[in-house]
Amino acid sequence: MPTTYQNPRYPFRRPKGLGALVPEAAPVVIAGAGVVGLTLALDLARRGIASVVVDEDDTVSYGSRAICWAKRTLEIFGRLGLGDRFLEKGITWSRGRVFFQENEAYGFDLLPEQGHEYPAFVNLQQYYAEAWLVEACEATGLVDLRWKTRVTAVAQQDSGALLSLTTPEGDYQIRAEWLLACDGARSTIRQGLDLPFNGQVFRDRFLIADVVMHAEFPSERWFWFDPPFHPGQSVLLHKQPDNVWRIDFQLGWDADPEVEKQPERVISRVKAMLEGASGMAAPPFELEWVSVYTFRCRRLEKFRHGRILFAGDSAHQVSPFGARGGNAGVQDADNLGWKLAAVLAGQAPEALLDSYDDERIPATDENILNSTRSTDFITPKNPAAQAYRDAVLQLASTHAFARPLVNSGRLSRPATLHASPLSTPGGSGLALGAPPPDAPVLNAGRAEWLLHHLGTDGDFTLLCFGAAPAEVPAGISVVLVTEDEQPGALWDHAGLVALRWGAAAGDALLLRPDQHLAARLHRPDAAALRAAHDRALGKP
Amino acid sequence: MLRTEDRLTDPDALYEALMQAHRDLDPAASRRLDARLVLLLANHIGDMAVLREAIALAAATATGDKP
Repeated sequence: MPTTYQNPRYPFRRPKGLGALVPEAAPVVIAGAGVVGLTLALDLARRGIASVVVDEDDTVSYGSRAICWAKRTLEIFGRLGLGDRFLEKGITWSRGRVFFQENEAYGFDLLPEQGHEYPAFVNLQQYYAEAWLVEACEATGLVDLRWKTRVTAVAQQDSGALLSLTTPEGDYQIRAEWLLACDGARSTIRQGLDLPFNGQVFRDRFLIADVVMHAEFPSERWFWFDPPFHPGQSVLLHKQPDNVWRIDFQLGWDADPEVEKQPERVISRVKAMLEGASGMAAPPFELEWVSVYTFRCRRLEKFRHGRILFAGDSAHQVSPFGARGGNAGVQDADNLGWKLAAVLAGQAPEALLDSYDDERIPATDENILNSTRSTDFITPKNPAAQAYRDAVLQLASTHAFARPLVNSGRLSRPATLHASPLSTPGGSGLALGAPPPDAPVLNAGRAEWLLHHLGTDGDFTLLCFGAAPAEVPAGISVVLVTEDEQPGALWDHAGLVALRWGAAAGDALLLRPDQHLAARLHRPDAAALRAAHDRALGKP
Repeated sequence: MLRTEDRLTDPDALYEALMQAHRDLDPAASRRLDARLVLLLANHIGDMAVLREAIALAAATATGDKP
């Protein structure tokens, strides 16, 4: 049990529907109050959409679990008003180092350029993220969090889903017009619908040891292949807040999980690692959380099933190397929130939600591909794979060309929605479907970040360079960026907005409420804007 | 386009150099040497289409190898 964190206990409130003869009706039900479910609930609430969130437990995550929050995730949490908390509490890092046997093979920097609000990564225990999301959800007054409420059955209906729930005070049912299944890798909803969830199983086991100690390692990701203190296997070290360190030991397929979890055994592994890595006596440490895991890479064939939509681990799973699980889940939520809100507000047809599959399935496949490749490098499957892996590491310390071949995890990058049917073809510059590059701007003399101005009112944004069109349809907010200081405009004083977006004077870029690029227009008239806006809303 | 016509001015010398490099190595070290060699040459070639062609051709000409 963690010693640095006390799990909050959220109260069970007796729901009105308990004991009622007819099922309770709810427009939106979210199954699972994890990172993904809570992010969706918060995003929907900020768009004025109420939801009921059910979770079988009454607290946040046990143990640190997901710890690496990627830049795009931080930007999304920034849009939802939580970004500063991550920056204040979390451990910021962008550098990684890779060691092979006794020596450093190479180091890398994931965000070498300046001028972004958020770093490449912030490390933070999952329970903090969830607790803050719960707080933020409660503050909206639109999220009905129902703890100690387990889904026992689900029946799909044309008009939504009928959920059977069990609570400490009895059972009841909810008829949901929309059901968002964010109930994790063992999703009850997925199993209830009997949806195939297939993919590759990896024959390897890993041990997570979170330890509390005062150590002198820098805020970097350190990865060892075949180190003397853990021969033949890999080890990963990450720093977390509260003096907690994540050490991840590869164990091999034959390891016995029960034996490996025994504290004496974990302590001796950690001690050997600390002494081996620093060349000094290990500092005193305490075990905070221990877990032995295996993993697989798999996904649902489709994430939308009528009015039931899957997001996060219930829809897809990857290996942890690359931090592509939790971060992908938050991007799912980011993608789905505005679309569902637009459909519920009558601004878009239900077909808009098909684009969730069109956009997030390629993104998932990209994550699975990267994750599978990393795993193949970290866990060689035969002597030839072992030879190639070691050859790459041998060459990497002296030959720059071999360094990009080293794969200790390809760390999460936001998906560019290349094949999106919502994008209007044409124009040039930043790729259509791309996530928004941040940049510093001056707003009436104040230093601010561009991303704070994009989609924060929930609408589409027209990012205009130099001049704004005379007529802009409703539902689109204009943000004007200028090369020199002008009233009512953001001053691109460093020139980084134009550079990073690949834009020139007269360009008008249409951004969706999730800030992804939907159209690259030049001095558009109202008809062109309306067409691009309609297309991005899935209108025929 | 992968070139497969005879291009070596002194094939015996190449063969000898390869044998020489492997002479005192155990099987695992030999494998690593070959792997380093493949990686160095692949980087020198630098053209993914040519490399894919070479991999496919090498895989297809495994006369007598058991699957």
